[in-house]
Amino acid sequence: MTEPLARPKKKNPVARTRRATLPPAARSRTALGLVRAAAEGRFELQVCADCGAVQYPPREVCGQCLSARLAWQPVADGGTLVATTVLRHSNDLYFRERLPWRIGTVKMDAGPSVLAHVHEDCAADGRVRLALALDRSGNAVLHALPERSTPNMQDSPQMRELGCDPKYRRVLVSDGKSALGLAVAQAMLAAGASLVFVGDPTPWQTSAAFDRLVASDARVQRIELDVTDTDSVDRAAAEIGGKVDIVVNTAGHLRDGGILGATDVILARNAYDVNVLGLMRLAQAFGPAMCFRAADGTNSAVAWVNALSVYALAPLPARGAWSASQAAALSAAQTLRAEMQHAGVRVVNVFSGPIDEEWEQLTPPPKLAPAAVAKAIVAALVDGREDVHVGDIAEDIRERLRDNAKALERELAR
Amino acid sequence: MSPADQSEPAAGDRRGPAAAAKAAAAAQGGIRGAGDAATRVGGETPDAVHLRAPEPGAQTASPRRARGYDGVVVTAPLTVPYVRYSIRSAHWWLGRALAGLLDTAGFAKGAVDGVCVSSFTLAPDTAVGLMQHLGMSPRWLDHIPMGGASGVVALRRAARAVQAGDAEVVACIAGDTNHVDSFRTTLSQFSRFAQDAVYPYGAGGPNASFALLTDHYMRQYGATREDFGKLCVAQRANALKNPHALMRKPLTLDQYLAARPIADPIHLFDCVMPCAGAEGFLVMTEARARALGLPFVRVRATIERHNAFPDDAIQYRGGWAMDRDALYAQAGLAPADVDVLETYDDYPVINMLQFEDLGFCEKGEAPEFVRRQSFTTDGSFPFNTSGGQLSVGQAGAAGGYLGLVQLVRQLTGTAGATQVEGARIGLASGFGMINYDRGLCSGAALLERGLS
Repeated sequence: MTEPLARPKKKNPVARTRRATLPPAARSRTALGLVRAAAEGRFELQVCADCGAVQYPPREVCGQCLSARLAWQPVADGGTLVATTVLRHSNDLYFRERLPWRIGTVKMDAGPSVLAHVHEDCAADGRVRLALALDRSGNAVLHALPERSTPNMQDSPQMRELGCDPKYRRVLVSDGKSALGLAVAQAMLAAGASLVFVGDPTPWQTSAAFDRLVASDARVQRIELDVTDTDSVDRAAAEIGGKVDIVVNTAGHLRDGGILGATDVILARNAYDVNVLGLMRLAQAFGPAMCFRAADGTNSAVAWVNALSVYALAPLPARGAWSASQAAALSAAQTLRAEMQHAGVRVVNVFSGPIDEEWEQLTPPPKLAPAAVAKAIVAALVDGREDVHVGDIAEDIRERLRDNAKALERELAR
Repeated sequence: MSPADQSEPAAGDRRGPAAAAKAAAAAQGGIRGAGDAATRVGGETPDAVHLRAPEPGAQTASPRRARGYDGVVVTAPLTVPYVRYSIRSAHWWLGRALAGLLDTAGFAKGAVDGVCVSSFTLAPDTAVGLMQHLGMSPRWLDHIPMGGASGVVALRRAARAVQAGDAEVVACIAGDTNHVDSFRTTLSQFSRFAQDAVYPYGAGGPNASFALLTDHYMRQYGATREDFGKLCVAQRANALKNPHALMRKPLTLDQYLAARPIADPIHLFDCVMPCAGAEGFLVMTEARARALGLPFVRVRATIERHNAFPDDAIQYRGGWAMDRDALYAQAGLAPADVDVLETYDDYPVINMLQFEDLGFCEKGEAPEFVRRQSFTTDGSFPFNTSGGQLSVGQAGAAGGYLGLVQLVRQLTGTAGATQVEGARIGLASGFGMINYDRGLCSGAALLERGLS
């Protein structure tokens, strides 16, 4: 059974910080179909449209009937562990630093035999369930897990490597005063974070809820942080930048209004200043140190979370200026993902439907409770997803977009 | 046959592998066909459901018996002495092998009109580029990228070419260099499936792949580390008589058992050591060999198979199980007739699979077989008499030639201190290419001492 994780000791300030290494990243383009599923937490393999055979490793043509019609589809994730080994030697730097490492052969109920990372709680010859997880190189790997959860299973070294669990990590919530920020801070405390820095963008404005949060737990630390102010962001980074393991950027600016209805771009500029430039300022101040600390033991820097709206994927014309800023923020986040990938720091984009907060007062339900979004963020970190759609509206827009993007354009214009 | 290790074999098993296998066959009511053995295994194992596979040969076995290899012989077994690391390229090693073959036969370059090449480290060149590098103008050329099955497959191709008159003399060469970082580079780019679905899982290389097969085999059939150790210790004893072997120190069972773990249950002495080296032999007509006064061996039968039993959940048998009946039928021989066995041995578990799949014992009975026999050159079952790759070293694709070249030595009476007295019939088998989770290529050749 997995040993519970030990609280990390205070870092020796004169010890060298180990540089991050990554597991082998080369993949065929076809194999990257696994990444598409893993990014959203789905378990999919190729299935032959003609004979139904499930394929693995990923193929160009069906290994049974030679059909080229192979589609990525959800398949049964159960299987039996037929062989295991604990590696005590590896040819790769990343794994050398993480030995011993357990792998095994799983005969899937769906057909293929697959090589997988194997959780320490899986019994030899026992039943397992397979998950598609993103490893530190950003590629999808198969992970065999016990069929039923076991005590402390999240604490196993493999789970810590494949996920971004907040337990014993230090989290910065960039805007701790927003409805979402308050909820994220609480969710991080509940998930076992060792410190939660809550940004205060408006020290001149009192918020009872914020004050209660700061007073509620010794692990909460308030820090002045206004993402529209480069000096403010730099001051915060100078103070805490070396001990932030997870950033959740909850700073947002939401106002109604399209493009033709206004005679200036002030609304758009304000939205961009928070949603796009704010993200960039934050990334420039905190990102490099996180990349440097990406292999720093139990509380290594692991993830950067952007709380975006699902309208980053398709604009809501009634909020056209804001929608454009969301799309720009998504583009910036994708660049950030590429830039942080070399260190293995994961960028998680969370696409929410309307959240039940002040600036959505006139939006009809369904609206998401801030706590529900916070819960989804923690789950994405623990499970290792990088694209998360939260709530019925976000799921609905994703489906409509995939089904017919032009139809969605017309529908949102009504 | 020389006297056997008196303490090891059961009564009646002491006269070399031929006699030992006869005794075993008698005890089992004869060697069964591959289909029988597979059915029996499937029915008896707890993993029966996930291990069951289509009957071997049900869909793909050839209805026609292959022609014999009358008039074609193998000669000039050659080894370019191995080194652990080399600053040379594969071209150097293959060039030395070809030069050695020409020298042995007293040939000028032009006398060799066919060349067959195997190498992992020749890139970006293929056999074609190598011919210009070596200044050869063959009228028949083949490049066989089949790793541990390369030797047997090269022999098959070359024998048919000579038989058909497409070439008079074929030089079969395999060799690889081993730079300090070559092994890791080869591993990470070994195959599409390995890149996508193996190397990212701990990058353990073949150690990890064989650890899984070994783990399964041990739990399924009750093999112990002592069983594998007995084979490794015997091979080391053989290697001490082979001047080409890189391993020069004796190995005891205690040392074997105390070695550091590499990938459970694989420990240090279960693993081959990558090195640089080359092997080769010549294939020509018997008349030509006689005219040259070269000792030769006849080719009695050969088989090859690729991607056998694809539906087995994990590899516990190789392609030999599909084709061994054809092998012995073509030769008109039985396992009991075999005096020397040289298998592909990058890890000891694969020796056990070959004992079973080549008919020396039933599926699952190799552990018991190992306990009953002794495997040194003077043992009851002379086996991997050069020391095998486990004690000689694995020189890349040359590892796929090692057993065959040593068998040609044995059957031409040129095996020096490793010579098995009176060896007349020998079997060399090959196994290669862990493309994803199992070795895909298998082959075997039954050879017979010639008269020359």
